[in-house]
Amino acid sequence: MSEKTIVANSPAVGTPSAARHISRNEGLIFERSAPGKRAFELPPLDVPAVAPSAALDASLLRDEIAGFPEVSEIEVIRHFTRLSTWNYAIDLGMYPLGSCTMKYNPRVNEFVARLEGLATEHPLQPAEVSQGCLRILQLLEKCLLEITGMDAVTLQPTAGAQGELTGLLLIRALLESRGNARRKVLIPDSAHGTNPASVVIAGYEVQNIKSNDRGQLDTDHLREYVTDDVAALMLTNPSTIGVFEERIAEIAEILHSRGALLYMDGANMNALAGVTRPGDFGVDVMHLNLHKTFSTPHGGGGPGAGPVLVKKVLEPFLPVPRLVERADGTLALESHRPQSIGRVRAFAGNFGVLLRALAYTLAYGPGIRQATEDAVLNANYIRKNLESVYDLPYGLASMHEVVFSDARQKKHGVGTMDIAKRLIDYGFHPYTTAFPLIVPGALMIEPTESESREECDLFIGAMRAIAEEVERNPELVKTAPHSTRVGRLDEVGAARKPVLRWHPKQPTELPSGVAPKVVPSA
Amino acid sequence: MRYLPKSDAERRDMLASIGAPSIEKLFESIPEKFRLREPLKLPGPLSEAEIIDFFRARAEENSKGYASFLGAGVYSHLRSVVTDALMQRGEFLTSYTPYQAEISQGTLQAIFEFQTLMCQLTGQEVANASMYDGSTALTEAALMASRLTGRQHLVIARSVHPEYRQVLATYAKQIGVEVRDVGFTPTGQLDDAALSEKIFDGAAALIVQSPNFFGVIEPVAALAEKAHAHGALLITCVAEAVSLGVLRPPAEADIVALEGQSLGIAPSYGGPYLGVIATREKFVRQMPGRLAGQTTDAAGRRGFVLTLATREQHIRRERATSNICTNEALMALAATIHLSLLGKEGLREMATQNVAKARFLFAELTKIPGVRPAFSGPYFNEFTLEFPRSVRMINAALLREKIVGPLSLGIHYPELTKRAVVCATETTTRASMERFAETLTRILARPV
Repeated sequence: MSEKTIVANSPAVGTPSAARHISRNEGLIFERSAPGKRAFELPPLDVPAVAPSAALDASLLRDEIAGFPEVSEIEVIRHFTRLSTWNYAIDLGMYPLGSCTMKYNPRVNEFVARLEGLATEHPLQPAEVSQGCLRILQLLEKCLLEITGMDAVTLQPTAGAQGELTGLLLIRALLESRGNARRKVLIPDSAHGTNPASVVIAGYEVQNIKSNDRGQLDTDHLREYVTDDVAALMLTNPSTIGVFEERIAEIAEILHSRGALLYMDGANMNALAGVTRPGDFGVDVMHLNLHKTFSTPHGGGGPGAGPVLVKKVLEPFLPVPRLVERADGTLALESHRPQSIGRVRAFAGNFGVLLRALAYTLAYGPGIRQATEDAVLNANYIRKNLESVYDLPYGLASMHEVVFSDARQKKHGVGTMDIAKRLIDYGFHPYTTAFPLIVPGALMIEPTESESREECDLFIGAMRAIAEEVERNPELVKTAPHSTRVGRLDEVGAARKPVLRWHPKQPTELPSGVAPKVVPSA
Repeated sequence: MRYLPKSDAERRDMLASIGAPSIEKLFESIPEKFRLREPLKLPGPLSEAEIIDFFRARAEENSKGYASFLGAGVYSHLRSVVTDALMQRGEFLTSYTPYQAEISQGTLQAIFEFQTLMCQLTGQEVANASMYDGSTALTEAALMASRLTGRQHLVIARSVHPEYRQVLATYAKQIGVEVRDVGFTPTGQLDDAALSEKIFDGAAALIVQSPNFFGVIEPVAALAEKAHAHGALLITCVAEAVSLGVLRPPAEADIVALEGQSLGIAPSYGGPYLGVIATREKFVRQMPGRLAGQTTDAAGRRGFVLTLATREQHIRRERATSNICTNEALMALAATIHLSLLGKEGLREMATQNVAKARFLFAELTKIPGVRPAFSGPYFNEFTLEFPRSVRMINAALLREKIVGPLSLGIHYPELTKRAVVCATETTTRASMERFAETLTRILARPV
């Protein structure tokens, strides 16, 4: 990696590199309101006007909504545009967040999702006038089945966590049909927090199993863990340290021999698509995160979609409605499925998200493998260039993400959170800090395939520069970020005395025209 | 491939720099028998223009050119183009969950504004940053009530949206929560005579929807009193959020579960939508979902952070209030922008137009011989009519004339055959309503 790529955006040369934020004393929308202003006008009524008080009893009617915004259109545009400049985004640069797969959100997907005839359709309208929507769902189903090697799919779940819950309910239904739902689900201690949370909602008990000293599933002792009381193992593969569970076939065999099932959390599918298929290596049920692997936008925290894919034995239990193709070739949604676990959400699913995932898949076609290869190449390139400065707790081969620890930096009193905050000054979003739990002080880095070599080099340069700063000037790192609109915020205070809404009588904020703090020279 | 910012030469260089002879080397941890030899059999690759053509073709295979009178939980309302223009800004669209507050103040402040708007709209003290949709918001509200009261039963009005009730049933079964139904009277409102001591015994909450699935407005304050007298909470579900532009908000409810699709979100064949839970401040620690809280930095500047995270899965894991992680943040932003555009007067005006349009349609349709109101209770923009013959046949005939007819109730309520729920919003034109009435008159005049 060439030296010259480091310095261009480095705060070490005195220029803050985080995006400049337009503040202009921007308060809350309520603080800009003035009585009588409005930003939207409705067309006039084409039927006789009816005063609500004439149509409905006074006891049913409300007073005006105190404090509701009253602003003009330009003020709405400026308010939200200014707010947007305070955000980092994929469109600005890399998010090296582990297991989040922050890849490019293709704009054609936004365009097609908004087409009249797609965005306008009501989910309860007759199948006769919904064939276009249903064909989109059917094609996505076929693509996801091909990619995962599974037998059947539901597109209903609205997010990964809901997919996990759905998958667990399917397992329960199958085992119940065999006479015993069993009581426990095994979860590795490296699992994402939604896994144990979903297990509890599914009515099972969580049994945590420790990873071995290589950070992998303790397959040697798995047979002891899988008692007749165990319904399933919930496994993320590759794991949350970015390593493929090489003994996956053995893991599946151990579970199956005891009548238990293998659930795969598909959050890390970005390491597998086009290269291998979970259905081939023994997975019985899994979910995908379309807002990760399939490029649908995170939008600040959603929407997402978490389709669940299953082997044939679980198909009868899938949630309703099911997409079916009739003899005449037309498509319909059917809800009569006596063994189904029921509905997991109203209507057909997050159709707009599903549509975007299909558009992404069509763009790649069979070439989807190239995206996976580039993702794995980027992660390994970053690993190779940082392993001399950051501690690598587990030495096994990384796939699409790499997990370091802050062990070396801790000697100078600097932890992963501080390094992450300093990374902001270099123009990057932090990596995932303090997760997975099996790596104390973790730095979990997933670049995705959307990063160019230049961007990877800049990231490497920033991380190396920070490692040097930790040794020469730890205070600089510990008090970062220095180039943002606000400094580190008081989270303890926020939780102790929660202020969760604006009140009309609140004093307006302090002037925010204070200049951003200048980055102290290194 | 246009989404991949690497040339083949760069790939080779990067591999060489890390000492890997080929890309295959980086996949050796996958047992060989599981490594694919052939490319997947997938359609594509398609260029941008081909993708657009594909979806345009699908868009022609739906209901373009049809008039629709469907509501039933998804409503056609005016949306400003400003909403999409702002939502599509990359800094909103392509940003992550605001865990790193310093570089997410845009999202966090917008969430704080959203939470405020939801409180103002619902008359509640605190609201979260979104759930998946109305059906799961209702389900989570019910589970929340069970945790708060320590009780294992729920009482739910049959007039709550059938699909919402089905979702609740799926979840309730796993937690061992029993759900009891309560029916409705000829007004279409909850049968409060059936709300006996017996039905409330051990009940965590009474759950109603207002306006309900039949379009009828429920007496929320009176029902709250009834529930509280029996030691239960009242959960009110709102599927048509625009109704809160003129109707009294459910301030007496303990928890409100709202579907926000009506607030600037396209119908989009079922999602993404916007669930919200709003409640009293004293219940906040049992409320699921993200919360943005106001705070300051060391220099005293106001800022916002995700807060009370000890309720959530990434902190509490199996002891979390819910497993929810990704929610509907971008849709919450859409609603925030939409409500800022409409403002105090605009939302009231929109709701008022709905009242007028629905009354016009009601008059037009009930003029037709044999067509009668099914319920006598007050309504907002949806009402249930009884027809002289099967709704399925009527709707099939309407469809042939490019009209998507009202939602038949017989599927979900076996005792309510020949009844259907009709919806009119500010987007329903007079011409289409007159055509609907005229077409229906002709259909009903034909021999059976």
